[in-house]
Amino acid sequence: MKQVTPHTRSDMPAVEKEALWPSIVRRFQQGNVGPLPVLIGLAMIALVFQIANDKFLTPVNLTNLTVQIASMGTISVGIVLVLLLGEVDLSVGAVSGLASAVMGVLSVKQGWPAGLAILAGIATGTLIGTLQGFWIAKFRVPSFVVSLAGLLAWQGALLYVLGTTGTVNLTDKTIIGIANSRVSIEAGFVIGIIAIVAYAAILIAEQRGRQAMNLPVQSTVMLAWRIGLIALVTVVTIGFMSINRNPNVEAAAVRGIPSAVVIFIAVLIIFDFITRRTRFGRYIYAVGGNVEAARRAGINVNGIRIAVFMLCSTLAACGGVLAASRLYASNQASGGGDTLLNAIAAAVIGGTSLFGGRGRVWSALLGALVIGAIANGMDLLAMSSAIKFMVTGTVLLIAVTLDASTRSRRENTGR
Amino acid sequence: MAANPTPVLQLRQISKRFGAVQALSNVDFEVYPAEVVALVGDNGAGKSTLVKTIAGAYRPDSGQYIFEGREVTIHTPREATNLGVETVYQDLALCDNLDVVANLYLGREGVRVTGPHPLHLLSEVEMERKATDVLRELSVKIPNVRSQIATLSGGQRQSVAVARSVMWNSKVVLLDEPTAALGVEQTFQVKELIKRLRSRGLGVVVISHNLADVFEVANRVVVMRLGRRVATFDTSQSTAQEVVGAITGATLPAAVAAG
Repeated sequence: MKQVTPHTRSDMPAVEKEALWPSIVRRFQQGNVGPLPVLIGLAMIALVFQIANDKFLTPVNLTNLTVQIASMGTISVGIVLVLLLGEVDLSVGAVSGLASAVMGVLSVKQGWPAGLAILAGIATGTLIGTLQGFWIAKFRVPSFVVSLAGLLAWQGALLYVLGTTGTVNLTDKTIIGIANSRVSIEAGFVIGIIAIVAYAAILIAEQRGRQAMNLPVQSTVMLAWRIGLIALVTVVTIGFMSINRNPNVEAAAVRGIPSAVVIFIAVLIIFDFITRRTRFGRYIYAVGGNVEAARRAGINVNGIRIAVFMLCSTLAACGGVLAASRLYASNQASGGGDTLLNAIAAAVIGGTSLFGGRGRVWSALLGALVIGAIANGMDLLAMSSAIKFMVTGTVLLIAVTLDASTRSRRENTGR
Repeated sequence: MAANPTPVLQLRQISKRFGAVQALSNVDFEVYPAEVVALVGDNGAGKSTLVKTIAGAYRPDSGQYIFEGREVTIHTPREATNLGVETVYQDLALCDNLDVVANLYLGREGVRVTGPHPLHLLSEVEMERKATDVLRELSVKIPNVRSQIATLSGGQRQSVAVARSVMWNSKVVLLDEPTAALGVEQTFQVKELIKRLRSRGLGVVVISHNLADVFEVANRVVVMRLGRRVATFDTSQSTAQEVVGAITGATLPAAVAAG
């Protein structure tokens, strides 16, 4: 078998730029289609709903959409982590509900200060995740079964914590403010510009480092494109969210980035960094790719598993806190219904493989946007939940089929 | 090689029993620096048991394990690896979803120390530089060190697995059927790679069924039969027929005593 890939031969001397086109072709051959199918899907969804109802692509609706998906997306980041391991966690919905109930009851009925109540809610998730992860790692019980048992048990715990009242209406300003406040326009742009500059600085430093080590580098054009694209998306998003969303022009303006969105984006950035840049993140991929190889390489496989399930439940609890804050309440239905399925569907639709080892944290955002856009658009068209579920199910099926087919293509091209 | 008196690795009178099966009985084995030893024998002859004993996966019931002239006790594969004894099993133990650099460094990533141990930042640039250099030294042709293992051919994967085993100042490399599933061209590449390991001064132990390959790369051939070492051949002074005779038990040549 001859290797004819002149642009990327590792034994080429000195600094050499990897051309844009071959690198794209290589990615496709590796079954790494990246976010492209989802982005195309999103554009199509936006187009269809905009044609059906011209209120879809308005600042107020799109901003609402991002607030609606913040909780689902945060839970979905945790799902991405467990899917990378080749496992699954079916308890995230119940855990999110329980966390919101713990927070609500402690705050409203026990009179705990907001900060402590929130921490207790999130810590509940951490504790549950550690327990489930331990069970899965030590007793070799499939995660599917452990988390299914968890789904039932934590739902029971939710009912128990809420007691006879059944619903806790949140009144604490801090707790309600988590999801319902806004960052001022000035602060929004400052954060955005800092983020863009930081991103550019990291990429350029990396480029310099590679040049100093005589490694092939990206073309400057490609680098500029990447930075420019991120900058454009950031500025447009913040700009869009800075437009007054209050239909009553006389009344006080409603503008600025919703706090729930800031939290969700921060979670995405932190976990993207952990998965791609740290040793721990590398080990998650290694365990998901080949457990035996990971074990022989001296990786503490059980430790990684426990840590990932702990993070997943913690993120689920954060999602529960966000949801309760947005809805001003925690009740018996919190974390129930389609919470679990949406979180898993978002990860998979976003491009994270169900078979382990492949995917990115950002797929939680893309998938949540798809699901959120469908739900939001259908609400605008006053369609019933029945149709909403069926359409979301179809999109999920398409995403999983895409995953399975790229996987089989990969297996065929290897060797 | 007789010119070098001290074997880098030596086993003396190793025995290992699994229940009623005597897998190894009083086996002596030695590999010298800059030497390729082929380990041959029929199925169930004890080759794999012997290799796993050397690799630290099995503990022998009795016998001595001598590394660079010192007797050592090996309890785990990690202890063998720490001594400088690396094993490449047939399944290669590579992560398909990670790139070549990540696989070469798996479990031994280069990091910039920041915060708690698991959150150390990966030093990707340094790792890629060293990986590129090692592959070049070994003349391993990989289209791109950032290619996922899933996109590589069988020969390239084998080469990556072998390269990983020599990246860490290892002194002995054990290869289990390195050319078993490969085509002609890829087999050639892996054989060349084995010769390069020898010229780097490593002791290489190869399990193989293919006697043509064995005679091409090995200096000595050790024949196992029913848990015993029954013969040793110098490849420059013997023929494949003699080795086959020893494997099947049809003939027991005078070379047995040569050691």
